Amino acid sequence: MDWFYSFPHMNEDMLRLLKKSIDDGFRSFTRAWGETIETFFSPLQDFLVAADRFMTQTPWPIITGIILLIAWVATRNLRIVASCLVTLLAIGYFGMWEDTMRTVSMIFVCTLISIVIGLPIGIMMARSDRLQKIVNPVLDVMQTMPSFVYLIPVVMILGIGKVPGLIAVVIYAIPPMIRLTDLGIRLVSKELLEAADAFGASHSQKLFKVQLPLALPTIMAGINQTIMMALAMVVVASMIGVQGLGQPVLKAIANQYFTLGIFNGLAIVGIAIIFDRISQAYGRRLQKHREMAHD
Amino acid sequence: MIDHPFGGIKVRNLYKIFGSDPKAHVDAVRNGLSKTELNDRYGHVLGLRDINLEIPSGCIQVIMGLSGSGKSTLIRHINRLIDPTAGEVLVDGVDVVKMNEVELRAFRRHQTAMVFQKFALLPHRNVLDNAVFGLEIQGFERAKAVDVAMRWLERVGLKGFEEKFPNQLSGGMQQRVGLARALANDAPVLLMDEAYSALDPLIRVDMQTVLLDIQKEIRKTILFITHDLDEALRLGDQIAILRDGEVIQQGTSQDIVLRPANDYIATFVKEVNKGRVVHVEAIMSPLAEGAASDGPRVVAGTTIEEAVRALCDAPPESVVVVSEQGQPLGVVPFKQLLGAMVNAR
Repeated sequence: MDWFYSFPHMNEDMLRLLKKSIDDGFRSFTRAWGETIETFFSPLQDFLVAADRFMTQTPWPIITGIILLIAWVATRNLRIVASCLVTLLAIGYFGMWEDTMRTVSMIFVCTLISIVIGLPIGIMMARSDRLQKIVNPVLDVMQTMPSFVYLIPVVMILGIGKVPGLIAVVIYAIPPMIRLTDLGIRLVSKELLEAADAFGASHSQKLFKVQLPLALPTIMAGINQTIMMALAMVVVASMIGVQGLGQPVLKAIANQYFTLGIFNGLAIVGIAIIFDRISQAYGRRLQKHREMAHD
Repeated sequence: MIDHPFGGIKVRNLYKIFGSDPKAHVDAVRNGLSKTELNDRYGHVLGLRDINLEIPSGCIQVIMGLSGSGKSTLIRHINRLIDPTAGEVLVDGVDVVKMNEVELRAFRRHQTAMVFQKFALLPHRNVLDNAVFGLEIQGFERAKAVDVAMRWLERVGLKGFEEKFPNQLSGGMQQRVGLARALANDAPVLLMDEAYSALDPLIRVDMQTVLLDIQKEIRKTILFITHDLDEALRLGDQIAILRDGEVIQQGTSQDIVLRPANDYIATFVKEVNKGRVVHVEAIMSPLAEGAASDGPRVVAGTTIEEAVRALCDAPPESVVVVSEQGQPLGVVPFKQLLGAMVNAR
């Protein structure tokens, strides 16, 4: 009855051998391909550095002006613009301007890459039920797997730095982008697609003139989610060398600096709220035509 | 585009069976397997059985039937939104069923335009951008497309509404946009799938008038689907009545009202205001030899209602039916006019 009380598991030696051989295999793969993969990602590295340099080296009044301008164009709401200004000024006044700009540039690049990769995948998923069945569980894994776990292979291949941080953030933040693109396109009514067919629309005409415009509010919700999840990863990504607001937080945890932690934490919350309000208000503005119902 | 007169639409021996393996059951259905038997025995649904239609160019063909009769399925075969199980659909002599994807797309762009029951307007586009949709798909230059679309929007009475969004318009106005969008295509075939069924009765009559007025100018070949016999009688040059996927009577409005093919149709016809449909020549009696034809004269093709109206202002007891050239054809006494209106036996 021994097997009843303790789970009959694999032989200890076998288990050790299994783990060791997988690790060894991966290590030799890293040694063999590490450099190739690094060159592959080097344009990304350049992009990240350029974005970082732009955000940190442009004088703060100009950056503030740009952010306020984006807020105004996207929302047309003076209250949101004013609260952006207050948040940014407070962040700067408490001496966190540079770290915040680093984080903003990181989030910007991560979101951009998530859109560039996620949108086409979402579109393809909406077209094929089979692809949807394959991709969905993968997305589930990406979202539930503790992020530290996939940091390990990324760091093994690429070392510590911006690019591995970016990859980790994108893996964590891209699922809502893909899912909501897929959902948005699938929600477009059959009648409208039939009408497009009846007028002889080609696949790409249907996609660009009917499906994407109608799915846009849902896609915007996906982008909003992606930004929020990317921000949530900032602290974790700082463990592998991503500069920004995450690093002071990490330092605060290690040394029990309560105030340092809370200040930087609040700065993350502040920019999260800015991003959220701007992208949500923009999404709402996109659906305006739906709210102006006739009766 | 078209360098010869449009050749009309011919539908020949069209069958549609819905199910996992429809082809396997076509022969059985051809040999008389009924709709219920097909469903019970093989789990397939019979959509259309042996449809034959001949629609000359410039004619309004109405397909009338209740829900489930297959009328919406039938109209979708003309531009092949639905593929038939067997049969031919000849539009201007070309079999739509045999077209490949590219040909079919070109055919839909240039030969057909469609108006939908639920309008199917793009909610994110304003009225003008909706109206240019078909032309945009064809690859028209924007300025030219706007020109054409504006002309049709004005023609259907939407001038000044170009910047509105569909949600800001009433149902009737939305369907005007749908009509303008279809007409802007300038395709010889206009498919109208229960186009007016979602509209209020008064607006519906209004839109019927709009269509009839425009048709006088454009002379398109129109296929109009409806479940409303009054609408069918008002619009149709030819009417086909569909039941359970089969055409049970085809003919003009006079044929349907005066000679219903069976009790099913007769039940519908009973509710129809015959005064507005039946023509006087259908009930006239020949002129008596040498009798003075001194009553008010009405041209053949006048409805009974119009004839009664003519009598209201005149003392005599009967109207004289004359040909378009003014030649007396027959006479209809007042009593007979009344009898025909109220369905006297």
